[in-house]
Amino acid sequence: MSVISFVSGKVRGRRPGSVGAEGAAPSQNKRAGAESEAIPGEGAKFRLRDVSLRYGNRPVLEGITMDIPERRITAVIGPSGCGKSSFLRCLNRMNDLVEGCRLEGLVLLDGEDIYAREYDVTALRRRVGMVFQRPNPFPKTVYENVAFGPRIFGIKDRETLDGIVELSLKRAALWEEVKDKLREPALALSGGQQQRLCIARVLAVEPEVILLDEPCSALDPIATQRIEDLLAELKENYTIVIVTHNMQQAARVSDYTAFFLIESQGEPGRLVEFGDTATIFTAPADPRTERYITGRFG
Amino acid sequence: MSSISREWLIKRILLVAAMVVVLGLAMVVYFMAKESLPAFREAGPANLFSATWSPRDGRYGMLVFLVGTLTTAAGGLLLGTPLALSLALFLTQVAPRRSRALFSRGVEILAGIPSIVLGWLGFTMLVPWIRKLSGSSGSGILAASIILAVMVIPTITAISKDALEAVPASYAQASLAVGATRWQTTWRVLLPAARPGILAAVILGLGRAVGETMAVAMVIGPASVFPTSLTTPTHTLTTKILMEMGESTGVQRSSLFAMGLVLLLLAMALVLLVRRVSGGPFKYGVVE
Repeated sequence: MSVISFVSGKVRGRRPGSVGAEGAAPSQNKRAGAESEAIPGEGAKFRLRDVSLRYGNRPVLEGITMDIPERRITAVIGPSGCGKSSFLRCLNRMNDLVEGCRLEGLVLLDGEDIYAREYDVTALRRRVGMVFQRPNPFPKTVYENVAFGPRIFGIKDRETLDGIVELSLKRAALWEEVKDKLREPALALSGGQQQRLCIARVLAVEPEVILLDEPCSALDPIATQRIEDLLAELKENYTIVIVTHNMQQAARVSDYTAFFLIESQGEPGRLVEFGDTATIFTAPADPRTERYITGRFG
Repeated sequence: MSSISREWLIKRILLVAAMVVVLGLAMVVYFMAKESLPAFREAGPANLFSATWSPRDGRYGMLVFLVGTLTTAAGGLLLGTPLALSLALFLTQVAPRRSRALFSRGVEILAGIPSIVLGWLGFTMLVPWIRKLSGSSGSGILAASIILAVMVIPTITAISKDALEAVPASYAQASLAVGATRWQTTWRVLLPAARPGILAAVILGLGRAVGETMAVAMVIGPASVFPTSLTTPTHTLTTKILMEMGESTGVQRSSLFAMGLVLLLLAMALVLLVRRVSGGPFKYGVVE
């Protein structure tokens, strides 16, 4: 199947009356996090309320309710097939590309329902950037990869583009390594450099959130280390959500951790526990979380 | 029969088959060269590549026909490529799954139409129609280009479609994920990434256009002079060979072989070009 067939899945948001008021008054929401899901002392960038996702007849996620705190790193962990990646793709509506995909519940970004009918998906994806499992630079030069987004949004001026490319590469901690190779093909870079290039490509459109889907799974330990260092710097300015298979990585880089689990084959993935990383890893509330992080399954 | 001798036998059979094919190809080239030798020796290259075809006066120039071949083929591509590419994009990006199969079958059937049928339609409908519109004879490069366009569309569509489908989905995802629209993704990521395959498709289409004889012969002319417009008669290399083959002897016959040799070399050059632009099997520099 050509995955990029633009036959969009029917992803429709439903806006239950009870929570509708929340979506309508974003300014009040920031501090109105009095619900149980809100994390004390943190502003929520994303609020998810009872989110369920199906691909055709197959339930993928069910009943996800959580707040993703702003300018923090939230790690999503769980065994294979528990819906971690699908969860991530709910946040920038990349699931729209999957045929037969349906989402129910509410996903609010800064209080706005991103699944509302009139919501501009391209604007959403600009605000919520995504880095994929395998480095996927375009078969273009290093420069053109980073300039891609800005060009899409109509920036033509050479100097402006040069500035954005340099700044983005610096933020992605790649500038020193590639400043003399800007006109060379991106695919000639090492895997770790390619992944940081992909991060630079996302940063170039000035996003607010960066989603990373197992960004280090194809990288060696040194390249992984560099990405993790980079994430720690980036959280100053960006809200980061990282899906990882690697629990040490979650423990090392994240402020908050969400543990997803699928009870048995055919069941949807559910959020078992969500809290600050130290607590999840030292004193989890749910026995299933403890079993998972101590390596007894998964 | 022991298994070892059977292995041996199978290897021998395959080897012989391969030799027959290679030998056959070599013999085609050899005979074309050998038969065209008298023309080169007696008329000389300057005469053969001049613009005058007049065997009675000892003039065997093929330039008119070479130009005819190149212009009709170029015209066919000019008309056919945009349509074929649009169709390939429609099939891979826009068409719902069900109608995709329907359109693909349609394109395949278009490829299966015998060229004589297209030529006949061209002769009975297209040429009179152009004649009415232009006030000229109607046959010529324009009519030939339109027929050739119909003939190259299936080739170019099918191969471009494969090239577009071979572009890793991760490219489009990356593009969409920074907020590009479908159209921007198609235009700035998909088409550039598929370019080697699309170029190969166009060159293969060109090969087909250059070699086509019958359909072109029915709408091109005939005339052995440069056309004065797109709607006046002329000839291509293939149609000229077709017209003259029955009643030529000596140097004139040999000069037809020389035309065939030129066509052969043209086709070989195109094949080499395909290999060059597409880098052998399609490569997109995917990181695995």
